[in-house]
Amino acid sequence: MSEAQSTIDEIISKDYEHGFETLLEMDVIPRGLSEDVVRLISAKKNEPEWLLEWRLAAYRHWLTMTPPEWANVHYPAIDYQDMIYYAAPKSQKDGPKSLDEVDPELLKTYEKLGIPLHERAILAGVAVDAVFDSVSVATTFKDKLSEVGIVFCSFSEAVHTHPELIKQYLGSVVPVGDNFYAALNSAVFSDGSFCYIPPGVRCPMELSTYFRINAKNTGQFERTLIVADEGAYVSYLEGCTAPMRDENQLHAAVVELVAMKKAQIKYSTVQNWYPGDKDGKGGIYNFVTKRGECRGDHAKISWTQVETGSAITWKYPSVVLKGDHSVGEFYSVALTNHRQQADTGTKMIHIGRNTKSTVVSKGISAGFGQQAYRGLVRVAKSAVGARNYTQCDSLLLGEKCQAHTFPYIEVKQPTATVEHEASTSRISEDQMFFCRQRGLSPEDAVSMIVNGFCKEVFKELPMEFAVEAQKLLGVSLEGSVG
Amino acid sequence: MLQIKDLTAEVDGKPILKGIHLTVNAGEIHAVMGPNGSGKSTLASILAGRDGYEITGGSVMYQGKDLLNMPAEDRARDGVFLAFQYPVEIPGVSNIYLLKAAVNARRRHQGLQELDAMDFLSLVKEKVRFMEMDEKMLYRAVNEGFSGGEKKRNEILQMIMLEPTLALLDETDSGLDIDALKVVSKGVNSLRSPDRAMILVTHYQRLLDYITPDFVHVLSAGRIIKSGGPDLALELERQGYAWLTGDQKDAPSKGAA
Repeated sequence: MSEAQSTIDEIISKDYEHGFETLLEMDVIPRGLSEDVVRLISAKKNEPEWLLEWRLAAYRHWLTMTPPEWANVHYPAIDYQDMIYYAAPKSQKDGPKSLDEVDPELLKTYEKLGIPLHERAILAGVAVDAVFDSVSVATTFKDKLSEVGIVFCSFSEAVHTHPELIKQYLGSVVPVGDNFYAALNSAVFSDGSFCYIPPGVRCPMELSTYFRINAKNTGQFERTLIVADEGAYVSYLEGCTAPMRDENQLHAAVVELVAMKKAQIKYSTVQNWYPGDKDGKGGIYNFVTKRGECRGDHAKISWTQVETGSAITWKYPSVVLKGDHSVGEFYSVALTNHRQQADTGTKMIHIGRNTKSTVVSKGISAGFGQQAYRGLVRVAKSAVGARNYTQCDSLLLGEKCQAHTFPYIEVKQPTATVEHEASTSRISEDQMFFCRQRGLSPEDAVSMIVNGFCKEVFKELPMEFAVEAQKLLGVSLEGSVG
Repeated sequence: MLQIKDLTAEVDGKPILKGIHLTVNAGEIHAVMGPNGSGKSTLASILAGRDGYEITGGSVMYQGKDLLNMPAEDRARDGVFLAFQYPVEIPGVSNIYLLKAAVNARRRHQGLQELDAMDFLSLVKEKVRFMEMDEKMLYRAVNEGFSGGEKKRNEILQMIMLEPTLALLDETDSGLDIDALKVVSKGVNSLRSPDRAMILVTHYQRLLDYITPDFVHVLSAGRIIKSGGPDLALELERQGYAWLTGDQKDAPSKGAA
């Protein structure tokens, strides 16, 4: 092994920063899953009858399904009866009316994570919904947003305050029986964020949800629904962390986006779930269904994701392009280090005329990291003039990691244009030497080269997030250099 | 400033340098010439700290320190600069970002405050103009899509930004047209100073028309076989290397010291 390689190997052994646990009195239901558990969750949230029925239908459907096995990830079978499906801080029982009523321990937790929930302390221009285990603990800037008619609150709250919107859109993009994990989520989802932007409104600030798994043996099943009505615009950020534990924890979320005519949704994720230790012990299983639908003409949905965490990632943020001239974008950076595995990519479904999609995927594998890009571009017969451009690049750091690419292209419309480009590269010894000769430390050199590799994706992120993502990538690759 | 004593080195078990002696004092410019495969570029690479060479004997002292024991980045921060023969491309990393990181790494090492964005920008723009380059190249990825001449100019830009104490130029003249050669030479000459030294590794006399060296050394088969003043380069130009390499006994491997 060359010296440059051993340097890179040292750099990519890392520590997880957000691995602490918050000790709180929790309201936890017994382990296991049954109709009774579904009813219990629904009852804890005081849900209307129609929603309980919806959950039960999902649960019954889930029972008939089997977990997907086509992904290039390997893990022991999950015992769904050995998991806890609802855990909430006791202090949240009656729901705090304002930030002053939020448990100080919780506020401290988020502050420690760099997400202060006191509005005055927050970077101007970002509203946060903080989801802790199964519940939303605080949403900031709600009042300011409601002045322009924007609804931004926890999902549970929206069920009571805006039942008509939830009824209309819930499950309309990701049906309950869509896939194994989506069905499970539909049955037991606990909380998440809801956001509605009325016609013609440009959301004046970034909206964000920060997900934190804290409780042990608990799965997190959150549900996010964002609706941008005609001509509306919203930029939404999602961040995630979890304590370090030896057991694997399941995170099976569903995110649904609806963009009406001329509406735009920009959804950015920086996923930093606990990835497990260097031998692959512990970590989050991140099995997530994310899908957006461009329902009206000229609608646009853009997914940007930076995936550095989780033991296993199974995730394909997708866009269904129904409206004519609608646009779908997917920009992704995924890093797998140590024993992390990721099977991630996107689906672009072209239905409307002159629909356009762009896919830029950057995969970085280090250590024994396993990574697969899996992307589907489907052009229906109706999608006259559809265009897709896909670029898929892999960077390998080390000798034992792997990168795979599985592109699926289905075109039923002869006027469509579909392009796919792929590359695989390494950091060369020449690049390392050049940077060091200019005075950069090996860590800085690797971090600079990796950031350069990801630049096309980072430039799609909102400013503060881009800085965050660069730092995170640096930390994820950081280690002791002897 | 630099004392190389009986330096021997191998690549994959094959001896490349077979006993180099060379002393370089502050204020001097040395040209190291020689036929292909004589070990010129190896010498420059070893001085800059590139991996992949086995040092089998000898020593290199730089400003009183054992240069060969220093990691490449420490040598750079201490003022050793290598202008590469084949500058690498770094996709997605802008030139200006690299320059700023490099300049500030050196400044931190020198105990100076890092340059803020404004001071850095005005400095770099001045140097870009001096090198007769387009400011736009600052925002392009390092060497990506640059022509051969642009890459070499870019190397010299980095050099004049970093103001090294010991500059090593590895075949900087190769692949340059006459206009680019003039600009590159202007950059190099602007750094001539009593407390700075340079080693120019080159195959041809051409570069030395623009940068007059104080000493010229001929390297052949891993040894310096002849040293002299600028006239030696002219002599080589007339007679070729065979004039010397066929007759090694008369050429004691004596440095310029």
